[in-house]
Amino acid sequence: MLRFIVRRLLGAIPVLLGLSVILFLFLRLLPGGGPAEAILGQHATPELVAQISHTQGFDQPLYVQYFDYIGRLLQGDFGSSFIDGRSVVDSFLVRFPGTVELTIGALIFAVGIGIPLGRLAARHPNSWLDGIVTVISLFGISIPVFVLGYTMAFVFSVQLHWLPDVGQLDPRLDIPAVTHFSVVDAILAGDWHVVDALSHLVLPSIALGSIPLAVITRITRASVIDVSNEDYVRTARAKGLTDRRVNSRHIMRNAWLPVTTVIGLQTGQLLAGAVLTETVFTWNGVGSWVVTSIQNHDYVVVQSLILIFAVIFLTVNLIVDVGYAFLNPRIRYS
Amino acid sequence: MTASPVAVQAGATERASRGLWGDAFRRLMRNGPALVGLGLIVFFVSCAILAPVIAPYGPNTGSLSNFLQGPSPSHIMGTDKQGLDEFSRVLYGAQISLTVGVVAVLFGLIGGTIVGAIAGGAGGLLDSVLMRITDVLLAVPGILLAIGIVAWLGHGEIQIMLAVGISYSPIFARLLRGSLLALRESDYVIAARSMGASPRRILIRHMLPNALTPLIVQATLAAATAIIDVAGLGFLGLGPGDPRVAEWGEMLTDSRGFLQNAPWLIFFPGLAIVVSAIGFNLLGDGLREALDPRLKR
Repeated sequence: MLRFIVRRLLGAIPVLLGLSVILFLFLRLLPGGGPAEAILGQHATPELVAQISHTQGFDQPLYVQYFDYIGRLLQGDFGSSFIDGRSVVDSFLVRFPGTVELTIGALIFAVGIGIPLGRLAARHPNSWLDGIVTVISLFGISIPVFVLGYTMAFVFSVQLHWLPDVGQLDPRLDIPAVTHFSVVDAILAGDWHVVDALSHLVLPSIALGSIPLAVITRITRASVIDVSNEDYVRTARAKGLTDRRVNSRHIMRNAWLPVTTVIGLQTGQLLAGAVLTETVFTWNGVGSWVVTSIQNHDYVVVQSLILIFAVIFLTVNLIVDVGYAFLNPRIRYS
Repeated sequence: MTASPVAVQAGATERASRGLWGDAFRRLMRNGPALVGLGLIVFFVSCAILAPVIAPYGPNTGSLSNFLQGPSPSHIMGTDKQGLDEFSRVLYGAQISLTVGVVAVLFGLIGGTIVGAIAGGAGGLLDSVLMRITDVLLAVPGILLAIGIVAWLGHGEIQIMLAVGISYSPIFARLLRGSLLALRESDYVIAARSMGASPRRILIRHMLPNALTPLIVQATLAAATAIIDVAGLGFLGLGPGDPRVAEWGEMLTDSRGFLQNAPWLIFFPGLAIVVSAIGFNLLGDGLREALDPRLKR
């Protein structure tokens, strides 16, 4: 197992190096002149361009710039924003907890509803119940996050006033940001402020969790039906075990495997989905930061964030693969 | 004693072979959900083609004095903040959103097929290098790669097609390479090789046609996500960039501020995206079942 993990980690190195070359060239080869011109946009004067090119090292040969870039990355220096001058790492640490919270909320929604729905459909295949579950999952994969988000915001915020649709916390509560996890900060602040934090999480979590919900429902259904037709399940029933025991001991134990893999893979995809969800709900996370950085031509931030997203994505995928080996003793990675 | 030909005919009538595609087509035509999907796609394509005939107004004809009017007989889907007819813009939007989504998938399919065929056909070092490149592209999750490429290429329909196409191509490349590797040792490929067929001929005449079915299914399903992704780019302000161009995603961006007064601005373009994506998803699932009858939903 250790050898497998080490091999996977080593395998990630060329991928990240390749991506670093592409992202390095992304900034250097921006259309419309050099990187300094692109960053400055309409404010580009020859003096400013020369100044930025010099301070950022854009006037050096490309290979010198690349090694300099890699050297700084290895020291944890992802550059600074051209807009507010803050280091990307500092801003990332403030915004990442928001994205993590949203991802956890979406996963709880998708897993908590998807697995029971999938099991329900599998118990009565080709029934009207199965039909309804199929239609729900079809909608889940066909509805864009922003359409679902706005529709829910209209119904539950604008019309019914049940849930908030903007931000992570009510600004009037003035909750101090200690951990930047809004739920944790709200708990620390006491006074049941956590209810406010959780109510802000509901709509964005559902919007972000809609695609994983659909995928998890489908895979649970298919997996449970598959396992239910196995000989050992028939044997278990034949020897008179209760339905409940067959379900928990024989079916679900084996049906979990593909379901957990899909949950893991969907977790990685949620990062990309957060870009749209955070924009819809003005959520202060990494996803909405990507969008504002692109709009502000803050290319250093865009470049660094794509790399950070890739590192997180590869890490999540590795954890999924390792977790799969733990769960399934039949698989041994060599 | 041998059975007379007449007796055999009475027991089982022999039908002419219809081939893989003929059988698949018959199965598809008996698949209700897939037909619904096909119907939805035909409906939206007709809307796109007939937009100039059906639409009561041009995509950019309207007057500011009509802004944010609710659905009424003269504007069945209401008007937007510039007084433009929402129904007409949804119809014209079908032209952009469907074309950009489908062409993006075609770009991805062509790129992925070339890379996958070279990698799966050639093997060796070239295969390793090409697969590492696809690994790099696959390391950036989902729509983020397309966002990065559009940020780099700039606004425009071609740029969006390229961005979404590039972000899909590694998926197609890996799929095709996997199928080709599985086919390499199949009997008919070995037979062709032993008869002296060139590697190129084996790849193009024997292996590719047999490896295409999963690609076709994947491409149909990808069309659904491409329509959603293209709308997502438009929604994020990375769409065609020309406010005169009606694009479903961009139409939604503007609606945020009018959630309270004009919810129809979200509802109708949103519905168009959802229903067209459902169409491609249903057809894709149906094609999968038709082309591989062992599979059930």
